[in-house]
Amino acid sequence: MSSHYEAPIREPLVLGEKSYHDISVDVGAPVLGKANKSWWIVFTIALIAFLWGLGCIIYTVSTGIGVWGLNKTIGWAWDITNFVWWVGIGHAGTLISAVLLLFRQKWRMAVNRSAEAMTIFAVVQAGLFPIIHMGRPWLAYWVLPIPNQFGSLWVNFNSPLLWDVFAISTYLSISLVFWWTGLLPDFAMIRDRTTSPFQKKIYGILSFGWSGRVKDWQRFEEVSLVLAGLATPLVLSVHTIVSFDFATSVVPGWHSTIFPPYFVAGAIFSGFAMVQTLLIIMRKVSNLESYITILHIEYMNKVILLTGGIVTVAYLTEYFIGWYSGVPYENYTYLSFGAATGPYWWAFWALIICNLIVPLSLWVKSLRRNIMWTFFVALVINIGMWFERFDIIVVDLSKDRLTSSWTMFQPTFVDIGTFIGTIGFFFVLFLLYARTFPVIAQAEVKTILKSSGESFKKLRAEHGDDHSHVQTVEEYPADAGPSANVEDKDFDSSFNASDENFENNEVDFEAHRGKIDNLLSGIGTFDPSNQTQDDLKKISGVGPVMEQKLHQLGIFTFEQVSRMTDREYDLLDEIISEFPGRAKRDDWAGQALMLKNKN
Amino acid sequence: MAATKIHAIYTDDDLLMQAVKQTRAANYHISEVFTPFPVHGLDHAVGLAPTRIAITSFLYGLVGLSVAVLMMNYIMIQDWPQNIGGKPSFTFYQNMPAFIPIMFELTVFFAGHLMVITFYMRSKLWPFKKAENPDLRTTDDHFLMEVDADNHDVEMLTKFLYDTGASEISLIENEQDH
Repeated sequence: MSSHYEAPIREPLVLGEKSYHDISVDVGAPVLGKANKSWWIVFTIALIAFLWGLGCIIYTVSTGIGVWGLNKTIGWAWDITNFVWWVGIGHAGTLISAVLLLFRQKWRMAVNRSAEAMTIFAVVQAGLFPIIHMGRPWLAYWVLPIPNQFGSLWVNFNSPLLWDVFAISTYLSISLVFWWTGLLPDFAMIRDRTTSPFQKKIYGILSFGWSGRVKDWQRFEEVSLVLAGLATPLVLSVHTIVSFDFATSVVPGWHSTIFPPYFVAGAIFSGFAMVQTLLIIMRKVSNLESYITILHIEYMNKVILLTGGIVTVAYLTEYFIGWYSGVPYENYTYLSFGAATGPYWWAFWALIICNLIVPLSLWVKSLRRNIMWTFFVALVINIGMWFERFDIIVVDLSKDRLTSSWTMFQPTFVDIGTFIGTIGFFFVLFLLYARTFPVIAQAEVKTILKSSGESFKKLRAEHGDDHSHVQTVEEYPADAGPSANVEDKDFDSSFNASDENFENNEVDFEAHRGKIDNLLSGIGTFDPSNQTQDDLKKISGVGPVMEQKLHQLGIFTFEQVSRMTDREYDLLDEIISEFPGRAKRDDWAGQALMLKNKN
Repeated sequence: MAATKIHAIYTDDDLLMQAVKQTRAANYHISEVFTPFPVHGLDHAVGLAPTRIAITSFLYGLVGLSVAVLMMNYIMIQDWPQNIGGKPSFTFYQNMPAFIPIMFELTVFFAGHLMVITFYMRSKLWPFKKAENPDLRTTDDHFLMEVDADNHDVEMLTKFLYDTGASEISLIENEQDH
């Protein structure tokens, strides 16, 4: 159908011969399967880092802010550096899901779920720092405009710090509902695919009873669009307001009118670097290379190039104005000759090398499409953007207007431990997410499969743009009984039989005699005198036709199927050539084992 | 009264679209369609009115803006005006530039959250709500069209649906309480 047309010059966004069902299987696999060893190792490391940070936070709160390395010249240092760094990282998710939705960029669909998760987890880390910095975090509610016992003493709405409270809490909560609304259909998919009653219960609650009615979808799409429209200015406003924390002051280097746009670009720059860092690992670990392709990585690298370019222009402007103003104080700001050659020269050059020079390599197409190099550049940008905030805060404060108070900042183990702790906390949350959430917006990816899927593009290339895109599904029964919530309702229909040609469904015994014997020797034979036959159709991926074929081979029980390994799958593929790889992909053995134990 | 429905299952979205158009053209009433993903143009093909949820969002945004203006005016101008950094606090109008971030954030906060809550209420989505898709496969790769069979010859309707490409057809009889 021509409505699925997409310019052939566009590279496919979904690789391989994928059907709608394959997408469900691939996205559901990390949730329904078991965690491997490397997941547990990384999770343990992250958890230890988190607990170490928690100890540092408890120490800070119980002893006082004095345990940090702050001094009377440098009153903000690692705490606010980390706060701004984390908030900045939290900008990519909403940019991907909101701005790219407004621009109708199809490639966002494979990465938006994880980017939004990353956003939420990063903003949680960011929020910790101002709360700890209050010193008495149990009084954090004082930032809210609530009537209180001190007469009507209100919070100061003229202050950018209070604007921050409103901006960040709005951003966090709107991102959360945006994320969750998009998750409902995918939770519903997991709910309907799982065979474990516990998972069914949990995902039933999480999916809010999503049923996928046409009216629900209509509202869903409208809500997504409006939320994207609201979140786009919101994401710009958040880092604008964060930059006001500095820009509205009179500290040299902070008092700068280009801060808002420059901070927003820098936030997106660092956010995309973090998305690259996480997704390059996740696509490998969760076997999602068909969905998060090199093309996605290249697109994100292009966004990094653009925002990195904006940041570069801002740096050069700051440096130029610092010199051109002729004001002596400006010669000690974080982008000045004084900073480049002063005691903080290493922080200055770390910023320049990490944010200006290394990302320039992405102009080269082969490097932009090189996964290892992208991963390296992303890590470098993460470090560089941390230094940017460190430079703005510490370098600017270290040489203030009073020469006698010039000093340097020395972090204590508590400063370092708290920062490492938030990194640990972030990864704990992200790793838990990767095991329990559908990490790709599978419902959305299904909508672009026919226009951007590799097999469909090939179909159009070979048979013309008007070729039918109708996909036939190999029938399989619903996993847990016939219906979602109506007991004993069955969808068997008399039309199935004529549809699928049972008569000609013969396995060529003579040609495969040796292989069949080989197969049965691996999984055992069926003895009708003391065994009963199981309904093999309960295995997802086995339809009536396939069941008939398995029966002809002498496979009748779940026990036999559950013994299948890679060797038997290969033999089966050779004997029944219609659905190569299907048995392995759907993990028939694992399913059969569960069904066998249930009986 | 027993409400008789026919559930027809399709395995492809293009097929479903075609079937929906043919079913409507044959003057059968489609009471519901369940799909695993948003099928572009399906709402129009089924004959649904456009959703008004964006309008509610606009109205909620106005509420949020009003709340922000009233709150700022009461707190910063009426109740306890203070000289903070020389920012004028005599009238709301003069102090307003400092309130723009709050006014914007509250507008977005109200518009976004209240719209999503409206969506959840209207579509009956909340924790512990039981899913109502009649077949588990409709969240995966199957598409289910529910057609009213009252006052129709079930045999003819079944044959018709079969010809539209349905892969499974079943008759549902619901006893309805009054």
